[in-house]
Amino acid sequence: MRFVDEFQNPILARKLLDEIAEMATVPMSFMEFCGGHTHAIMQFGIRQLLPSQVKLLSGPGCPVCVSSQADIDQAIALSNIPNVILTSFGDMIRVPGTTYTLQEASASGSDVRVVYSPLDAVQLAVENPGKEVIFLGVGFETTAPGVAASILEAARLGLNNYSVFSMHKYTPPAMKGILNGGEVRLSGVIGPGHVATIIGSDAWRFLPERHGMPVVVSGFESVDILLTVHELVHQVANGIATVENAYTRSVLPEGNLAALKIMNEVFEVSDADWRGFGVLPLSGMAIRAKYAHYDAKVRFSMPQVPSREPPGCRCGEVLRGIVEPPECPLFAKACTPDHPKGPCMVSDEGACSAYYLYGQSN
Amino acid sequence: MYKKQRVTMAHGTGGRMTQQLIESVFAHRFSNPALDRMNDAALVQVEKEGHLAFSIDGHVVNPLFFHGGDIGQIAVYGTVNDLAMMGARPLWIAASFIIEEGLEIQTLRRIADSMATATSTAGVQLVAGDTKVVERGKGDGVYISVAGVGVVPPHLNIDAANAQPGDVILINRPIASHGMTIMTQREGLEFESVLASDTAPLNGIVADMLQVAPHTHVLRDASRGGLGTVLNELAVASDVGMILSEASIPIEEAAKGACALLGLDPLYVANEGVFIAIVPPDEADVALEALKGHPFGTGATRIGMVTNQHSGRVVLHTVLGAQRIVGPLSGDLLPRIC
Repeated sequence: MRFVDEFQNPILARKLLDEIAEMATVPMSFMEFCGGHTHAIMQFGIRQLLPSQVKLLSGPGCPVCVSSQADIDQAIALSNIPNVILTSFGDMIRVPGTTYTLQEASASGSDVRVVYSPLDAVQLAVENPGKEVIFLGVGFETTAPGVAASILEAARLGLNNYSVFSMHKYTPPAMKGILNGGEVRLSGVIGPGHVATIIGSDAWRFLPERHGMPVVVSGFESVDILLTVHELVHQVANGIATVENAYTRSVLPEGNLAALKIMNEVFEVSDADWRGFGVLPLSGMAIRAKYAHYDAKVRFSMPQVPSREPPGCRCGEVLRGIVEPPECPLFAKACTPDHPKGPCMVSDEGACSAYYLYGQSN
Repeated sequence: MYKKQRVTMAHGTGGRMTQQLIESVFAHRFSNPALDRMNDAALVQVEKEGHLAFSIDGHVVNPLFFHGGDIGQIAVYGTVNDLAMMGARPLWIAASFIIEEGLEIQTLRRIADSMATATSTAGVQLVAGDTKVVERGKGDGVYISVAGVGVVPPHLNIDAANAQPGDVILINRPIASHGMTIMTQREGLEFESVLASDTAPLNGIVADMLQVAPHTHVLRDASRGGLGTVLNELAVASDVGMILSEASIPIEEAAKGACALLGLDPLYVANEGVFIAIVPPDEADVALEALKGHPFGTGATRIGMVTNQHSGRVVLHTVLGAQRIVGPLSGDLLPRIC
């Protein structure tokens, strides 16, 4: 049985690398939006194989990393409400709040549980009718449909004890934020393959149309990523800027319409606070009034916590592609996966954690 | 209606119910002279030469039964393998069961059956045991801790700190099958038909290898944290560097596909029946042949070597020709959310 071998074929990869080196006659910088790509690029050692003319910058595509300190503190504070079972994906558990983490809250007596799916959280609510079950909704368009489905399921079951604390965000506004900020000069964008599976490759048309910048939606294996870089280099070298899809086994131009329908049924567009960016207009997903019953922000009086980002932490700049993780003074010194200061060192999609785990050998 | 028998708090009182549970579920399945005396401690006869190896391992697994194994089997093999990794011949084990109130007795019987089969397969005797019952909600069905004792022949000197520059790193079989079996089953993914845990007792294959490679420097099972984390521990303990070739690290297609789907690096996925042997170069070929000759070593291969460069670090030559660090894993391996 073959699952991924053809997308990791070293002969094909070598051919793509050779052609990239031939085409890349001027310096060019591409941002991999998605943290999953950052990890894959480090894991395959792709950065060091590319010609010096081609630079890859990591972007903001790590849902846990872009959660604002205030949101993280509020999420942790929710776990202190009596009678609450706080459920979350595993990534959030070790993210440092201003004073402590969810893991530490759990050790101090809060009921915090890691779930693999929001539907598991709904099941917990069914099994614990006397408790309030809150799910921490962290993620982009990739996880939002699943979380929306959990709210629809809770409604179908007539549950009165399930709610979601939505920190969900739309990805295109962050890309716009980076381009409008003008802090980094980009020649093109490696489009997020899983996000595009939901919202479609067409959702990135604003890049060529308004910014004259090519974007190629990529898969996550070595050949996927090299094929994407190959296409980007080709477009830049030839003065072209279009949306291309190099992940056709997963992505359609229009996206996954069924998932989008569920997502839009439950969520509406709102402003959202991003780490590294501040408030980006129309970048958040708020739960619609129709489902206010399942909105933790409505259901509970949200605790106000004084929030402060970790002193010295440069996660914000890492997320905007301005600095690489080793340029942060805390990196691999005060901040390690065992003792993380910022979320980019915690999450499996964080750039700092990728650089720490897979750093180049010399 | 037929009512399922379940473990109740009364089974944990230490009284007659406890005795009945032990007799009906455990005692006859593991019968041997040391156990049958039912003393507070088992008396066993020790050999005059060599070292005693002594180890303990606790097991917390969800689900309790999975493709290719179950908690009882892992609990026995886990301790047997820890002993084997010191070159010991495992002889006796003792098991402690923390049972959650409400667990079906039939489930406990299935686990005990599996443990009994595992002890006879591994050639060890269970000579002591204990059961405790905790209230519903305070355990995950059952937790099992197994301690074990084995004897290390006097001529062996196997230690995590013994790796030497120039040594060859061998592995017995493909990585990541166990961890991906558990994870895909927990996530409800339909990989089950082709993925199965690699749970296995390793004392037999290790004994075969040590026959022909008695100067083996290090043995280590690549269980929690996976191959990547274990090699890091050894590089630090021996104060040496390690160079791995990605192309030579064996992994089955199904496990590789499941890793790609969930965004996991197979180097950090847990194994149960996988171990690495670090052997001096002059014994590497015969050691590899011995591994290949055993059913748990059919995929045995050479994956890298020990070097005096970049001490304490593991470096991987990737399939594409890049070099990168293989760092130790911190925390849990989590499926991607993006």
